Amino acid sequence: MTTQQNQTQPLSHLDWLESEAIHILREVAGQCSNPVLLFSGGKDSLCILRLAEKAFRPGKFPFPLLHIDTGHNYQEVINFRDQRAAELGERLIVRSVEDSMQRGTVVLKTADEPRNKHQSVTLLEAIEEFGFDCCIGGARRDEEKARAKERIMSFRDEFGQWDPKNQRPELWNLYNARAHKGENIRAFPISNWTEMDVWQYIEREHLALPSIYFAHQRDIVMRAGAIVPANVPLANGEVINQPKAGEEVINMQVRFRTVGDITCTAPVISDADNISKIVLETATTTITERGATRLDDQTSDASMEQRKKEGYF
Amino acid sequence: MTHTHSHHDSLLRFMTCGSVDDGKSTLIGRLLYDTKTILADTLTQISNTSKKRGMEAVDLSLLTDGLQAEREQGITIDVAYRYFSTGTRKYIIADAPGHEQYTRNMVTAASTANLAIILIDARKGVLTQTRRHSYLAHLVGIPHIVVAVNKMDLVNYDQTVYDKICADYLAFANEIGLLRNSDNEAGHDIRFIPMSALNGDMLVDRLDSMPWYQGETLLEILEKAPAAHTEQSEAFRFPVQFVCRPHASDNPELHDFRGFMGRVESGEIAVGDAVTVLPNGYHSKVKAIQIGEQPLQSAKTEQSITLLLEDEIDTSRGDMIVKTEEANEPVKQIEAFVCWLSETPLSPARTYLVRHTSRESKAKVGTISYKVDVNTLEQQATTDLKMNDIARISFKLAQPLMVDSYSSNRATGAFIIIDESTNNTVGAGMII
Repeated sequence: MTTQQNQTQPLSHLDWLESEAIHILREVAGQCSNPVLLFSGGKDSLCILRLAEKAFRPGKFPFPLLHIDTGHNYQEVINFRDQRAAELGERLIVRSVEDSMQRGTVVLKTADEPRNKHQSVTLLEAIEEFGFDCCIGGARRDEEKARAKERIMSFRDEFGQWDPKNQRPELWNLYNARAHKGENIRAFPISNWTEMDVWQYIEREHLALPSIYFAHQRDIVMRAGAIVPANVPLANGEVINQPKAGEEVINMQVRFRTVGDITCTAPVISDADNISKIVLETATTTITERGATRLDDQTSDASMEQRKKEGYF
Repeated sequence: MTHTHSHHDSLLRFMTCGSVDDGKSTLIGRLLYDTKTILADTLTQISNTSKKRGMEAVDLSLLTDGLQAEREQGITIDVAYRYFSTGTRKYIIADAPGHEQYTRNMVTAASTANLAIILIDARKGVLTQTRRHSYLAHLVGIPHIVVAVNKMDLVNYDQTVYDKICADYLAFANEIGLLRNSDNEAGHDIRFIPMSALNGDMLVDRLDSMPWYQGETLLEILEKAPAAHTEQSEAFRFPVQFVCRPHASDNPELHDFRGFMGRVESGEIAVGDAVTVLPNGYHSKVKAIQIGEQPLQSAKTEQSITLLLEDEIDTSRGDMIVKTEEANEPVKQIEAFVCWLSETPLSPARTYLVRHTSRESKAKVGTISYKVDVNTLEQQATTDLKMNDIARISFKLAQPLMVDSYSSNRATGAFIIIDESTNNTVGAGMII
């Protein structure tokens, strides 16, 4: 019988990763009393939304969605975020770094300092406001060296700090998400996924993505060897990333491999205008995801580790 | 049973055991490099670091260089996970430090691995640490062991050196029951391979330095190793993680929906199968199986699914659904090998929390029979347990658990011990 034979086949790697992620999401739901799912509209968090559908439908998600908005996000991504949350009929909470700036809890060194790292402050404020005991995030261990040792359930103290020397051993699939009041767990269901797995999953599940993931024409400037999007309009009419004196604006065909704060996310030159072309491009690329596109990780060898210690997810 | 295992597109989790001196980091770096996992910018980064440290060639071991905190102390404190893919298979490597004081890290890495690469320095042969790594791989039940005799370039690729190391290892493996043979079916599948990780010889590529070795390269072994933890058929075990009751939904059809959500930890289940819900012992039949809202006729090990039963049964997180003909008895006493993971020693007077599948129970230490010296494998009488110790202990439980022996079922034979005052995971247990 063919069905019997299929039973002896191991799961495909995507099925296995999917199943592991669903198991982790259900452990969060089972162990934590007030979890939240961090959702940016980016590709990794879109995968997690699909996994949450597979984990909890026909029920509602046992957690709301939370986006920490730096105020410097691409309009396409913000619109997509709102649309996706509405389609799912799930509750979306948005907290803004700009509100923290007004409260005086975030102080920028200079007006044009990237706000990415300041998301930590706003996130901690949101955790306190709602009393969340666990934040589910889309971080992956293959992204960066400091993440290779990250737990699937990562413990943060009352200040949101990650102490690499004070993490709980994690054995089998027995996760320990217990936390005292004020402490917090960060749960990473797609820890074991690579960038390639994410794209393959998006392709397999026919997930819709914000348009800026696909090749499009865009004004850019070259700055210190990186492609920097130029003159990006925000919802409030402001235009950021204006060229500096002497910089030449060029129109190029690019796409984003990661989306985040406009001031620190660079696109790559690409003509991949659909998912299968992106999968192919990912398979043949010579630059790591963050290496090519995250301007904030290049300050030092240990910059991600430093930000995580300060409460970054 | 006639089945042809296709490993196409499957996933293999393996671990590497050895210390930095054995060339473990170089081996992992080589695997990543030779499978083209390392991209240009990372290579530039480590090549710059190599130059800064005054090295002539690019030091591939830097690919696994750890956290700033570790670099400052010059030690590895934790298990790191690495990924590569060959087009045939995806791999997850658990990279654990190999020193004696890191027994807990090895046990952690081993808990999710189906294959262990045990590194031996060809110049040094079978050492105390080789025995320790082998014992731990055995204790945590890793079915496939690859003994990699590394640094063959430093012994002139001499076959007699390699043969002697293999013979020494086999003698030792036989002594501790590691070897799979007709007398010991629970033994491990052990393979040997000579290599030079530094030169990339016998990892992905076969150079012409060892014509006397016609066996498989390391990557060939990895590509063929079974992905499943066991090839024996196992009983169906389904710990309930979450119960879905969308009764407040607008859809009247969902009014009576009661979905038991969890992962098939072992065995298989099909619609119509007779099941028992433990510990209460209610009987029912499987009405439907779903992943999300997609219906399935059957489900197998490692699939996360939702089960719907024919009868309305009061079931909650922590219960276990089993096939009626394979039901196990809930127990309130267990005996296990425990690896202590915490800097705070075990206190026999205290009450701990045991987490087993999706279930928790308070637990008190009964007796500590002995602890095992991981280097000599001698049993020693003891009254306490410190970090990295391994001991045979019995526990009394407040709640019944649905257990199997670890050797017959890894998922339902394993538990962790939690200290409720700190919420830390302080112990790892394997039920006897």
